Amino acid sequence: MIQALSGQLLLGLINGSFYALLSLGLAIIFGLLDVVNFAHGAQYMLGAFLAWMGLSYLGIGYWWALLLSPLVVGATGLVIERVFLRRLQGLDNLYGLLLTFGLALIIEGLFHHAFGNSGSPYPVPELLRGGFDLGFMYLPKYRAWVVVVSLAVSLGSWFVIEKTRLGAYLRAGTENPKLLQAFGVNVPVMFMLTYGFGVALAAFAGVMAAPIYQVTPMMGSSLIMVVFAVVVIGGMGSILGSIVTGIGVGLVEGLTKFIWPEAASVVVFLLMAIVLLVRPAGLFGRQK
Amino acid sequence: MTGRARRVWSGQAIFVAWATVVAVGIVAPFVVYPVFAMNVLVMALFASAFNLLLGYSGLLSFGHAAFLGSAAYVTGWAAKSWHLPVLVSMGAGVAVATVLGLLFGVLALRRSGIYFAMITLGLAQVVYFLVVQMPWTGGEDGLQGIPRGTFLGIDLGNSFAMYYFTYAVFLAAFWLIQRTIHSPFGQVLRAIRENEPRAISLGYDVQRYKLLAFVISASLAGLAGSLKAVALQFATLGDVAWQRSGEVVLMTLLGGMGTVLGPSVGALLVVTMENYLSSLGSWVTVITGTVFVVMVMAFRRGLVGEIKALFARRS
Amino acid sequence: MKIRLAFAAALLLAAGTALAADPKVSDDVVKIGVLTDMTGYYSDLSGAGSLEAARMAAEDFGGKVLGKPIVVIGADHQLKADVASTVARKWFDEEKVDAIVDLVSSSTALAVMPVAAEKKRITLLSGPGTTAITGDKCTPYNFHWTYNNWALANGTGREVVKQGGTTWYFLTADYVFGKSLEEDTANVVKAAGGKVLGASRHPSPGTTDFSSFLLQAQASGAKIIGLANAGADTINAIKQANEFGITKKQNLAGLLVFISDINSLGLPTAKGMYLTTAFYWDRDDASRKWSKRFFDKMKKMPTMVQAGVYSAVTHYLKAIQASGTDAPDAVAAKMRETPVNDFFATNGRIGPDGLHRHDMYLVQVKDPSESKYPWDYYKIAKVIPAAEAFPPVSDKCPLVKK
Repeated sequence: MIQALSGQLLLGLINGSFYALLSLGLAIIFGLLDVVNFAHGAQYMLGAFLAWMGLSYLGIGYWWALLLSPLVVGATGLVIERVFLRRLQGLDNLYGLLLTFGLALIIEGLFHHAFGNSGSPYPVPELLRGGFDLGFMYLPKYRAWVVVVSLAVSLGSWFVIEKTRLGAYLRAGTENPKLLQAFGVNVPVMFMLTYGFGVALAAFAGVMAAPIYQVTPMMGSSLIMVVFAVVVIGGMGSILGSIVTGIGVGLVEGLTKFIWPEAASVVVFLLMAIVLLVRPAGLFGRQK
Repeated sequence: MTGRARRVWSGQAIFVAWATVVAVGIVAPFVVYPVFAMNVLVMALFASAFNLLLGYSGLLSFGHAAFLGSAAYVTGWAAKSWHLPVLVSMGAGVAVATVLGLLFGVLALRRSGIYFAMITLGLAQVVYFLVVQMPWTGGEDGLQGIPRGTFLGIDLGNSFAMYYFTYAVFLAAFWLIQRTIHSPFGQVLRAIRENEPRAISLGYDVQRYKLLAFVISASLAGLAGSLKAVALQFATLGDVAWQRSGEVVLMTLLGGMGTVLGPSVGALLVVTMENYLSSLGSWVTVITGTVFVVMVMAFRRGLVGEIKALFARRS
Repeated sequence: MKIRLAFAAALLLAAGTALAADPKVSDDVVKIGVLTDMTGYYSDLSGAGSLEAARMAAEDFGGKVLGKPIVVIGADHQLKADVASTVARKWFDEEKVDAIVDLVSSSTALAVMPVAAEKKRITLLSGPGTTAITGDKCTPYNFHWTYNNWALANGTGREVVKQGGTTWYFLTADYVFGKSLEEDTANVVKAAGGKVLGASRHPSPGTTDFSSFLLQAQASGAKIIGLANAGADTINAIKQANEFGITKKQNLAGLLVFISDINSLGLPTAKGMYLTTAFYWDRDDASRKWSKRFFDKMKKMPTMVQAGVYSAVTHYLKAIQASGTDAPDAVAAKMRETPVNDFFATNGRIGPDGLHRHDMYLVQVKDPSESKYPWDYYKIAKVIPAAEAFPPVSDKCPLVKK
């Protein structure tokens, strides 16, 4: 029993750190730009697909994909911000949500048309094959890698945004863009880069996921709602909140899968409703 | 425009809206397929109910599928297993949606904005889960073969009879929504939407007004669900899923939120796309996405909203 | 000039009334509507491929039956029952569709069947699996062509137990079809002397990580992990079972697996798995010949659902030819009394419940080293004869009692 439980908790931790990575970009985009980025799932899918396409058509391996895929997808993010989102600034964030939802549909529809639905396998990189026998369970090396990298990237991003001068500018830009502009900072470009960065994080998570999950056009749309819930529970825009909550949700979900598997996908939403009722701005959010 | 002119204008607009709805509705089943027309009417009612909340109270619910779906299931079950008359079955569906609306409202209205939307989403997901778990709902097969029964001795099994029944219910509900919007209650709602602190300082119990609006919207959404179950003769998981909640937001915005006719026009567009483009396969997703983007970038007031603005500029 | 025109018009009119008086083919066209999943979870195993298969069947028939053109149209039901039934009604009433083919999920099938029965039109189902179709929901105009859940459960369950897989643990989609697949298989396993050690019901859709369910399956010590789910769920479960080294000691048995799933998983991951199928392209010359033609058009080998669509449409057209009319009652009767013999089925018979009973195949997925050419995926482990492969005629079906 304890053996089984520790196995489930470890899996919860793995999934949780992955949720953290995926929700991080969403939290940054919302926290700094006030955009509810519904295209996040599609951008995550794009990341995974680019890795797969790179491998199948150009022979570009996992390690390069880990770097290139986020850069390419991030660049498309810059374009989206410049062409679309910038024109919606100052409007109700509902419009940003609808726009990104529309973009997600377009991206997913095009990929579905080109690649069908069942998707393609992506091999685990040579270096990370095999696993460790922990006694209570077998831990694939790749999953351990996911935990380490997710946590490192998440905490790194948090540090940059919350503790450095660059981050201070970013936060100031949200609070008072005009003032910051007056200080000689190019706020529009900064916003563009921020969105690009958030999107690149989604693509990064996509590459990380490619060897574990099947690479399909719909892989993002099934995760996006959970990730949204994570961000809301953490407190929209709170970066630390989304990291901690990501892991927490992973654990809670893992336990539910063990105790009452049928409820595994609803527990997140229940948790969200309860947290919002008890703590209005989420666990780590600041009440405005 | 002076206040008086505006009142005349709005009176005219209402007349035009009614004339359009009535005329289009009567002719519809002769032009398009009756079941398709019923589907449009049901979704138009659903979107209008939703608009009452979003357009006139400024509350974005992301869980309205729960009301539509649960009412559809309850109505279907009542008609199918208890063989209740059609109006009673529908009444049962509406009653359940109303109770659910009260529950959602009491909980969710403690928060506002995006948090309000997320609580309604969370609760709606719980309802979805319950529907999947309960044995009588038939899981992903749904409730199938719901009998339409008779109304005032008329056999609703006939598509035309069913259509005009649906249409009559729709008109009644549409009228009710209209009345609500233009009643003093509706005025207070708009006042709250525009400036909540002012409404509070004027002595209105804002929470109660919002709750009442939420419950009315939920029961009307339930009415749409009940009607859907009877008209299409089944209730399926698609009606309780969050995608349905998203669809109604789309319909409302597409047609123009806060306009009387907008949601119905939006529903017409969305249902038409769903049915008439269905031979295009994955391109439908791409087209829908493009419509979203174009709407948000160029026609933010929605179709009806833009047309209204055009007329307002001229006069 | 005027006179000649009038004369021509009169001639045309006469020809028109002559045709209208001939009741052989309604509306002078045999129209077949392929209503399938073009965009959702099952679009690869049916979708555009099913539409193409139906088109091929019409072409191979010469494009005409009883001298009237055969027209094939297609639409996406998006796996939504309301869309399916609205399209079906529109097709029947406005587009004069005579038969609807495929319908990939049980909810869409169960929504369209009563509409078709009410309008007296034929339904040829290839995609859905629920036994209710030929059980209590059966209709006189419906044909369930390719497979049903009972056949899958029975084929895989019994054979795997025979081969030594005596203890089972199920990963089940928490849905009616998953649960009924689990229940059917569990019964078969028990009847064959095996034991069921447990089951995990996972939400579907909405589960992407199966590791925790797999861990529970592993802890149960069962020899066989039965996957009572479909599509993306099955694919992810198989993939992760490999990742966690579970397939080293335990074997997987997929209860609803299509060749498109194996193709997207790749042999290194899927190897060794048992599954039951109604069709394998590389079974004999006839199946190979047709499948290669299909491949030339779709760049994919056909799944059993797509091959079933071709077979069903052809049988339908032959029945029209043989009975000299497209009147549904006559055609349905002719279809029931004629055995099915083509590349898909050998001596298949259609029961009074509308179920097409034919041989099924228990296959094992090849090891990459055994696979000699593209799509060389299966070894046929056993041919399950029609009588064993499908359930006896169900007394739940009201048509049977008569």
